[in-house]
Amino acid sequence: MLNYFRDIGLGIVTVLKSMGVAWRHLFTPSVTLQYPTQKWTMPERSRSKLFNKIEDCIGCGQCARVCPTNCITIQTEKRGKEEPEIFASDGTAIKLRTYVYDIDMTLCCYCALCTFGCPTHCLFMTGEYEYAVYDKVCHIYPFATEKQMISKTPKQQPAEKA
Amino acid sequence: MESIARLLQLIPKYSELPEFLRALIPVVVSCVVVFALLALAVLFLVWMERKVSAHIQDRLGPMYVGGWHGWAQTLADALKLLLKEDIVPASVDRTLFKMAPFIVFLGAFAAYVVLPFGATSFVADLNIGILYIVAVGSLSVIGIIMAGWASNNKYSLYGGMRAAAQIISYEIPSAMAIMTVIIPVGSLSMVDIVNAQKGGIQNWFILRNPFTFLGFIVYFIASLAEVNRTPFDIPEAESELVAGYHTEYSGMRFAFFFLAEYANMFLVAGVATTLFLGGWTQVIPGSFIAPQLLPGPIVFFLKALLIIFVQMWLRWSLPRLRVDQLMYLSWKVLLPISFVLVLGVGCLAVYW
Repeated sequence: MLNYFRDIGLGIVTVLKSMGVAWRHLFTPSVTLQYPTQKWTMPERSRSKLFNKIEDCIGCGQCARVCPTNCITIQTEKRGKEEPEIFASDGTAIKLRTYVYDIDMTLCCYCALCTFGCPTHCLFMTGEYEYAVYDKVCHIYPFATEKQMISKTPKQQPAEKA
Repeated sequence: MESIARLLQLIPKYSELPEFLRALIPVVVSCVVVFALLALAVLFLVWMERKVSAHIQDRLGPMYVGGWHGWAQTLADALKLLLKEDIVPASVDRTLFKMAPFIVFLGAFAAYVVLPFGATSFVADLNIGILYIVAVGSLSVIGIIMAGWASNNKYSLYGGMRAAAQIISYEIPSAMAIMTVIIPVGSLSMVDIVNAQKGGIQNWFILRNPFTFLGFIVYFIASLAEVNRTPFDIPEAESELVAGYHTEYSGMRFAFFFLAEYANMFLVAGVATTLFLGGWTQVIPGSFIAPQLLPGPIVFFLKALLIIFVQMWLRWSLPRLRVDQLMYLSWKVLLPISFVLVLGVGCLAVYW
């Protein structure tokens, strides 16, 4: 009989306790982030969309060589002797004209190895992570701005000699 | 209904209509009014439930639809449910399956007839008002069992059986708790019960004497179980029974179950308000600002909302009871307590 009343008392006390916890949480600020309008600030070293600052790129091709998935396509040619000398922002002379610099973000595995090897630090990860597109083709990002020099005379092909 | 009938008199040539139409039209109009108000209240309650649950769990809940804190979310959900395909599974008992949601809703809706929202705003003042509510409230058990049986699904059947066992068990303590109010009032009419509590907060039955106060607690717990809300939601226990008796329902019919659930919730809150919290009467009568601070129906809704808030608060702070614990609580705790309460109130009525 005593146990019966003790159980009832215990039940009432525990219910009130849990209601107290719920009441406290009713007024604690919510942890929800209203996503499309509010966003996280991404960590400094987060890996996301790649960006190449093409003015600083010397066209060395180290990024393409180190890439495990071959997502970087780079084509260069030598700049003409008569053209004015240009330099990257850290002082390295740019001797190659990079006329193709495409990154296929569908292939990228976000290892960031390319950014570590870049001698002029012109290739880096931006904080941007929302770049979904409707067509895979749109995920190939071209960075090269200069066109291939068409005035340059092509070399004689060895095949034609024979 | 009387006030609606009086309003209808204002329509020109209304008195020239045939006798049976003049009898019928007020009934239909008041039903439509109550149904429309009920639908609005349910839309609001679903939104409120989502907000309260979200904030208790440190979330925000719906925030976008409609602009301000997602107020139109339930409206959008209701429209979606209306537009969904009405699936009737191949192996169900078609007649029962189609009828069940409407019977469940009928049980909830019919009880609103005697609920006094204000001094004059009620559909009918039956002299057996509260008995009628208890009786009609049991109708929903039939609908639930029909749904569970007709679905031809073991989980639905389990849910239906559990609901029946639970609702029938908890009717007894809740009826006994209602007795603690009926004995001092000496009338079953809802209007008489409210009139007995006029004159401010000290006249409400919740504060009249310890027996009616405990009666309120017993009624509150039993009514929670009657409307199948957590911690007594074993008929639709998600983790055990998928969704209980409405597992096989979708679209409009599911919406009716949902509507009935929240209509029932508002009904028990309204009954608790009428019986124990003074119904539509003011908290402080003859207030120095104005003799009638707020209109009766608004006071009624505010009191009912308070009780519904406590129901939601309980729902989101307690886990579900086991079946045997549920039966223990009903038959071994609430029933003896309510008998003692009725005895105590009876002694007070005789010897005070």
